[in-house]
Amino acid sequence: MLNPISAAFKIAKKEKRPALLTYTVAGDGSKKQSLNILKSISENVDILEVGVPHNTPVADGSQIQTSAYRAIKNGIKINDIFNIIKKFKKSRKNKPVILMGYYNMIFQYGENNYINKCKASGVNGLIVVDLPWPENKNFAKKCKSKSIYFIQLLSPTTTDTRLKKIIKDSHQMNYFISMLSTTGGKLKVTPKEILKNYNKIKKIDPKKQTVIGFGITEKTIGKLKSADGLVVGSAICKEITRSLNNRQNPVTNVSRLVKNLKKKTT
Amino acid sequence: MKLKKRIPVIDQGNKLGFWGGKFGGNFVPETLKKPIEDLEILFNNLKEDKKFIAERDKYFKNWIGTPTRFIKLENLTKHVGGAQIYSKVVSDANGGAHKIYNATVHCLLAKRSGKKVICGDTGAGYAGKMLSMAAKKFGLKCKIFMGAKDIARQQPNVKAMKKNGAEVVPVYSGSQTLVDAVSECMRFWVANCDTTAMCVGSTVGPAVFVRICGWSTSQISRELKVQLIEEFGSIPKKLKLYNCVGGGSSSFGFWNEFMDYDKKQCEFIGVEAGGPAKSKKHAAPLTYGSKIGILHGAAQYVNQNSDGQIEETESISAGLDYPGISPLHCFLKDTKRARYTSASDEDALKAYKLVTKFEKLRPSLEPSHAFFVAIVESKKFSKDTIVVVNSCGDAYKDKKILEQRLGIKYVKSN
Repeated sequence: MLNPISAAFKIAKKEKRPALLTYTVAGDGSKKQSLNILKSISENVDILEVGVPHNTPVADGSQIQTSAYRAIKNGIKINDIFNIIKKFKKSRKNKPVILMGYYNMIFQYGENNYINKCKASGVNGLIVVDLPWPENKNFAKKCKSKSIYFIQLLSPTTTDTRLKKIIKDSHQMNYFISMLSTTGGKLKVTPKEILKNYNKIKKIDPKKQTVIGFGITEKTIGKLKSADGLVVGSAICKEITRSLNNRQNPVTNVSRLVKNLKKKTT
Repeated sequence: MKLKKRIPVIDQGNKLGFWGGKFGGNFVPETLKKPIEDLEILFNNLKEDKKFIAERDKYFKNWIGTPTRFIKLENLTKHVGGAQIYSKVVSDANGGAHKIYNATVHCLLAKRSGKKVICGDTGAGYAGKMLSMAAKKFGLKCKIFMGAKDIARQQPNVKAMKKNGAEVVPVYSGSQTLVDAVSECMRFWVANCDTTAMCVGSTVGPAVFVRICGWSTSQISRELKVQLIEEFGSIPKKLKLYNCVGGGSSSFGFWNEFMDYDKKQCEFIGVEAGGPAKSKKHAAPLTYGSKIGILHGAAQYVNQNSDGQIEETESISAGLDYPGISPLHCFLKDTKRARYTSASDEDALKAYKLVTKFEKLRPSLEPSHAFFVAIVESKKFSKDTIVVVNSCGDAYKDKKILEQRLGIKYVKSN
């Protein structure tokens, strides 16, 4: 069976638009709310990235940190996260879910246990922020054997030879980090420049899907439409924080934001 | 797992940077892969380059001031009544602590790589203070990340950093201590690695930072070896080297040159921060058998919960208040080359009182942990045992805490 991630890209391509990917932190604002957010936004989202909150995140900017610390403070545990995904998948069986997090959480759970649990809960892909290539070779292989995509990250600092090697080993989806930044930074390069780098990556293996993430907001998303997919994370986390601070319902507010994002990609 | 002889420990890691196959490594975001590789190439070349070493030695000698003193603590020895107690007064170094060696080397490397800005983390404020000094000396812009809690409790060093022209960035996330400062510093580097060099303040972080720091602080044991031979004619038959261990930079540097000696002749004792006697929290992952985990890019023993969230630490000493520990020390522990134990906040204060009562020495709260264990154990040792404690920091920075905990009379002025 085709991995639902690949299927999602196919549908988006058919509709001549980039796939829309969102990132929300599991357990933010509460376990229930984060599940409801996933359910509610999923009608406008092609692929859902679910963040596993970690308390020493070395690549996340302040918005995602705030969400992650809030989720941890609310008592979220790794098994709760698997439960959230399982529940989500019960109602949205074919909606692809990618789990994104830091390696220590996987290491403590045990690589094999983690992958098995992912499989059982319906996770379709994994992004591990601090497990770069070639360190991730073994783990990526294990993922593949369970038909879970291990998604390689590529950055503007990745050299050309390294790009080629990583993409050769990568599964069907790659994640290009738009600029030198933690998540949620202001775009400090032009969309044109980002797309230039993106096209360079695409050329190496056009059959593999490459999404762009970091710094993408309502304002910038329209200018990057030619990519296979676009990830919005911090802007959503920010909206959750804003909603909670104003005692508004994050589910409604985030859904509205995502609907707008979708509009701007079509 | 085996420690090799005649190969520097910093170079005993495998291709991927793991010591003993499992400690260290490079668990970093993709963006940092290239800057880390560049730094590795630069460092590997320069550490074999005679001209670079001469340059380093010149600054170590004329600017840091080498060698630092090696003194006998006559009164303390008499009071304790066992081993002969000595101290290597590393706090003599310019700035008042061992952190100056690593800071200087990082600035020299940054200059060679053409970077104009250097960023660094700090706990007790010494790493930050020294980096600000070295940055000023070498004409680099300097940015220091420091936990808000540490800023409040280590004001003298904060003032010094600002005076040297560094920007001190308070970190409010998490426990607002060293662990969060290192995370924030790494995040800053992720976003600015094209223009900025990073200095990790201890033998922690991705493998190359562990190596650079260990290489830099090894100056301490190079000096000590010469001084021991001057004092005793040869390396003593029963030598015990006590050092506090937070991240582990001063202890590694204090021991490195003696690595190949049999541990029966030359024993290493690392003293971690046990935290307040009544608290369950501590900063002693080796003593309390914490599990291996990933922190700040490296696999190490680290305080964490079953999910892998890093746990908050507690210690009177900001410089030791770190949930992890250098991969080098994990390696030395598992190969049984070094022995690790801990001292509580109260123990450290007790030792500080005793040392300052008997000697003209003012160890900061970090080495006071080591002094405590050294004093307790020295009682049981024979008279021909030579105990050396690395007094790696000066207590001036701790004056507020000492005043609160012990009263004003224990605050020795400059």
